[in-house]
Amino acid sequence: MPDKIGRLPLWEVFIRGKRGLDHKHAGSIHAADGEQALQYARDPYPRRNEGCSIWVVKSADIIASQFEDNDSLFDPAIDKMIYRHPTFYDVPEDLKL
Amino acid sequence: MTDSTTLPEIFQGRIDSEEKIEPRDWMPDAYRKTLIRQISQHAHSEIVGQLPEGNWITRAPSLRRKAILLAKVQDEAGHGLYLYSAAETLGISREQMLEQLHSGKAKYSSIFNYPTLTWADIGAIGWLVDSAAIINQIPLCRCSYGPYARAMVRICKEESFHQRQGYELLMTLCQGSEEQKAMAQDAINRWWWPSVMMFGPGDANSTHSAQSMQWKIKRNSNDELRQKFVDQAVPQAEYLGLTLPDPDLKWNEARGHYDFGEIDWDEFYQVVGGNGPCNHERISARIKAHEDGAWVREAALAYADKQRQRARKAAA
Ligand SMILES: [Fe+2]
Ligand SMILES: [Fe+2]
Repeated sequence: MPDKIGRLPLWEVFIRGKRGLDHKHAGSIHAADGEQALQYARDPYPRRNEGCSIWVVKSADIIASQFEDNDSLFDPAIDKMIYRHPTFYDVPEDLKL
Repeated sequence: MTDSTTLPEIFQGRIDSEEKIEPRDWMPDAYRKTLIRQISQHAHSEIVGQLPEGNWITRAPSLRRKAILLAKVQDEAGHGLYLYSAAETLGISREQMLEQLHSGKAKYSSIFNYPTLTWADIGAIGWLVDSAAIINQIPLCRCSYGPYARAMVRICKEESFHQRQGYELLMTLCQGSEEQKAMAQDAINRWWWPSVMMFGPGDANSTHSAQSMQWKIKRNSNDELRQKFVDQAVPQAEYLGLTLPDPDLKWNEARGHYDFGEIDWDEFYQVVGGNGPCNHERISARIKAHEDGAWVREAALAYADKQRQRARKAAA
């Protein structure tokens, strides 16, 4: 009998560890819809007070950069970024700049 | 990175410099296959591992013990879930993995094919089996594959309560009546050797080791980890006043480790090969649970479909 679990879409789970922190990727979960994904995520992930807020996002809805695009996406930044750092500038040491 | 650097070189270069491999990176087919096999077997072990302990939840001797055991078994289900998700990032589906488990194609840790005959077995599993699992799992937190390493960090955080509740359970039995202490000793007699075998074949006979070491999927040899387990267990057993069932177990001053007796590899391969005391029972229980749950998955999908249609109608 072909099973239906393959049809339960995959969701990515993000947890806010505590107030003042960003939501952080915790893992993923299969569920029929967003409501159920929230409930299922609630079960294993914040079991030991590890969170105060959960986001779930359908994995298929995430647009991710591709490894092949890495050169165009990230390499230019490596060449040009030195003047974006404070250490690029020579200024008098004792002025507390 | 020059233009002449090949994908395999980039891949191994990352591993050599302790960078993680992530799902969208190029990786050799064999690396992917090895990881799928290892992670899914690990996930299956967590899931099947719920069965021997779940067997005692309704018969736990106190509400406190019942709540603890329930929480532990629940954790193991979570571990299975984290690991299945990690394996799915490599391109295998949950459905395929379950099919492999249920058809017997995929293996799981053979320790879970032994029966839990008395309440003391719950203590023995927590102490010995979870200790062995922790020793196996800690190096995996630094595994080269990112999703596996992250799942292992999460899992290791949860494991230490498993080990401690088991040891505390045995402490209580050992401080109790003669019968209770005898029950604890009997459980250790039965669980000691299967736990020692949990680290897999000896280094001389371990088939996948060298390649897995080079890929940093594996960081320590089976025998190294086994030795660590034995060294750690001996003083813990002494404190309980229990005897580990190995007449050859003794401190070796020169090595700085405990020597221990010959492992019965015949038994190991029998159990791995499907002929352990509970292999059939475990898989049947898994298949039954999965089939009995089919209507829940179907109902959830039907409900989600209906909600979507309603929302569409309301918007129109
Ligand atoms: Fe576990
Ligand atoms: Fe555990």
